[in-house]
Amino acid sequence: MIEKKVTIINNAGLHTRPAATIVKIASKYKCEFFLFKDGMNINGKSIIGVMTLAAEKGSELILTFDGEDEDKAAEEITDYFNRGFDEM
Amino acid sequence: MKKDLNKVLHGIASAPGIAIAQAYLYSKDFEEIRDGIITDTDEAVLNLQEALAKSKKELLKIFGLAIDKLGEKRAAIFEAQLMILDDPILFSNIIKRIQNEKRMPEFIVNDEISKYQELMNQSHEAYMKERSHDIEDIKNRIIRNLKKKKWKSKIENDVIVVAHSITPSDTVLFSRVNVKAYVTDMGGLTSHASIVARSLNIPAIVGLHDATNLIENEDILIVDGFHGDIIINPSEEVIRKFQDKIEKLSRADKELIKLKDKPAVTLDGKEMKLMANLDLNEEVELIFQNGAKGVGLVRTEQLFDNAESFPEEEEQYKYYKEIAEKIYPETVIIRAFDIGGDKVLPVDLKEPNPFLGWRGIRLLIDSPNLFRTQVRAVLRASVNKNIKFMIPMVTELGEIRKFKAMLEECKKELKKENISFDKNIEYGAMVEIPSAAVMAREFANEVNFLSIGTNDLIQYLLAVDRGNEIVSSLYQEFHPAVVRTLSYIITEGKKAKILVSLCGEMSSDPVALPLLVGLGLDCLSLSVSAIPTAKKIINNLSYKECKKLADECLTYPTEEEINKRLHEFFSKKIILKSEDLLGEMK
Repeated sequence: MIEKKVTIINNAGLHTRPAATIVKIASKYKCEFFLFKDGMNINGKSIIGVMTLAAEKGSELILTFDGEDEDKAAEEITDYFNRGFDEM
Repeated sequence: MKKDLNKVLHGIASAPGIAIAQAYLYSKDFEEIRDGIITDTDEAVLNLQEALAKSKKELLKIFGLAIDKLGEKRAAIFEAQLMILDDPILFSNIIKRIQNEKRMPEFIVNDEISKYQELMNQSHEAYMKERSHDIEDIKNRIIRNLKKKKWKSKIENDVIVVAHSITPSDTVLFSRVNVKAYVTDMGGLTSHASIVARSLNIPAIVGLHDATNLIENEDILIVDGFHGDIIINPSEEVIRKFQDKIEKLSRADKELIKLKDKPAVTLDGKEMKLMANLDLNEEVELIFQNGAKGVGLVRTEQLFDNAESFPEEEEQYKYYKEIAEKIYPETVIIRAFDIGGDKVLPVDLKEPNPFLGWRGIRLLIDSPNLFRTQVRAVLRASVNKNIKFMIPMVTELGEIRKFKAMLEECKKELKKENISFDKNIEYGAMVEIPSAAVMAREFANEVNFLSIGTNDLIQYLLAVDRGNEIVSSLYQEFHPAVVRTLSYIITEGKKAKILVSLCGEMSSDPVALPLLVGLGLDCLSLSVSAIPTAKKIINNLSYKECKKLADECLTYPTEEEINKRLHEFFSKKIILKSEDLLGEMK
C-alpha cells in the first residue's frame, strides 16, 4: 500500500471539475484508492463521495492506494494534485 | 373544534365562473418517498437499473443540447451528475441494501443519497450547500423515473385545487382529474393558473397571499371567479344561494353555445376570424363546441411538461398531426417552443433576468438539434396543408432569417428522405417585443403573417412584470403606448397585405373587443371559453363606430381616458341578450 500526503494549491479548491477528473483517473486503475480528510475516508472511485469533501486551497489530504497497479495510480493522481488540477 | 362558517377571502378574480367543492391542498412535497416491503428484489433492482438508464438518457440529451452555452462550471456539474449515475460504490451499496432490507428502491435511493447531502450541508463552506442542491437534482430525477409517475392518480376528482403557485406541469397533472377551480397564493391575471383556468372554463382566484395557510384540506369552498371571493365552509343557506347562481349561469351558457355555427360578423358586415388558443390536448373538443375557426396558437411547451425531458421528433410529430387532423379543414398555428433556459437545463441556470434572457427563438437558434426536431415534426405533420408555424420572442430580422434557413434545411432533408410535407407551409413571427413592433414593416415583408402577443408586448413596453403583485397595477392594456403600438403593427401588416392576428389575453377582454375591431384586426386567437361571448359582442358592434372609437383612443394621452372611454362605449353599445350573464359578470 502506498500513502501520499497532498496539499490543495489551486485557488478554487477541490471543486466539481477536479473531483470528476480524479474519479476518472482512479477508475482506470484496478487498485483501491481512498482520500482521507477531517476524519472522513472517502472511496476515490465514487464521484458522489469525492464531492462530499470540502477541500479549500491550503487543505491537506492523505491518499492511499492499494493493489497491483498502485504505483502508477499514485503517481498520476498525486501529480494531478501537485499541478493544482491544471488550474495554475 | 367547530370551524367558523362563511369565512371570506378576497383575491384577484382571474377566471370567471362559480364552483362549490372540497379543497385539495396541493404542495410540491406530495411527491413523497414511499417506503414499504417488497417481495421481488430482482424486479426492484431491474427497476432501479431502468430508472438509471432513463435518467442517463435524459441527461445526455440535455448535455448534448447546448453545452457551449453552459459555461465550464455548469458543464462540470452536468458531467458529475452523469458520473453519479455510474457511481459503482453508491449503487453497489444501494443494490445490496435493496436485497438485504427488501425495501422499495426509491426509499433506499433517497436514504443513501441524502446521507451524502447531509455531509455536504454540515460543511461551513457555502459552495457545499450548492453542491448538495445539485445532488438533489439528480436524486429527484432517479426517484421520478423509479416511480414512473404513478403518484399522478392520487389526486381525487372534483376538487378545488389550492396551491401556492401552479406551474404548467402541475396543470397537465390536474387536467387528468376534474378540477373544479384553482386558488393560488401567488400570481396575477396572466399567470399560468389564470390562463389555463380560463381556457378550461373553470373559475380561478389568484394573488391570495396565504390561502394555503387559511384553507385546510377538505374544507368546503365556494369560489366566485367573477368577484374574486372565496367562502370557506359556507352555511347551507349560502350554498343554496350560489347553487342558484350556477344554475342561472349554465342557462346563459347554453344560449351562447347556440351561436356556435354562426360567424362573428359586425352589424355592418365585417367578419372577424375567431380562433382558439390551445394549451392542453383536452381542449380540442371544446374548440368545436365553442365554434372557433381553427387554432391560432398551439403552445407546444406542454410537450416538455409531459415528458420531463426533450420531446423527440416522433412524439412531436404525432402530437401535431393529431391536432391538425382534428381541426381540419380549419388552420392550426403552431408556435415554436417558447421556453426559457430553466426549462431545458435542469441545473443551476438561474438567469438574473429570465424575461430578458435566454428564451424563445434565442434559445432555439442556439440549440439547433432541439429546434430541428420541432421544425421537422411540424413539416411532417403539415401534409394536409392546414398547419402554419410561428416563432416567438423575435427581436430582429436576423432571427427570422436564421429560422428560414433552418426551415429550408429541414425541407431538403425530408425531400431526400422521401417524406412528404407542405412545401408552401406559411410561417409568421410573434410581435411581442417592442423592437419587433417598431420593425413591423420590415418583419411584415419577411413572413406570411404577424401575430401580436399582447401579454409580453405590454409587459416589455411598459417595463412591468405582470406576475409581480407590487407593480402589476401598472400593467395597463389600455396604455396609450400600447394602443398606438397595436395600431402601428396592424397598419404595417395591412400595407404588406399579410394577415395580422392577436393572441394575448387582451382578446378575451370584452371591453377591449370594440377597440381591437376598430383598429382593423381581422383575426383574434383567444381562450376557447371566451369565444362565444366574444362572438356575441362582435355581432352587436358596428365596425364603423368601432373604427371611430379606435381613432379617438389613438388621440388620448392617458390610460385613464382610454379606459373610461372604452367602458363607456361598452356599456352603451353592448346589449347582451342574456341579462343573467351580464348581471353575473359585472
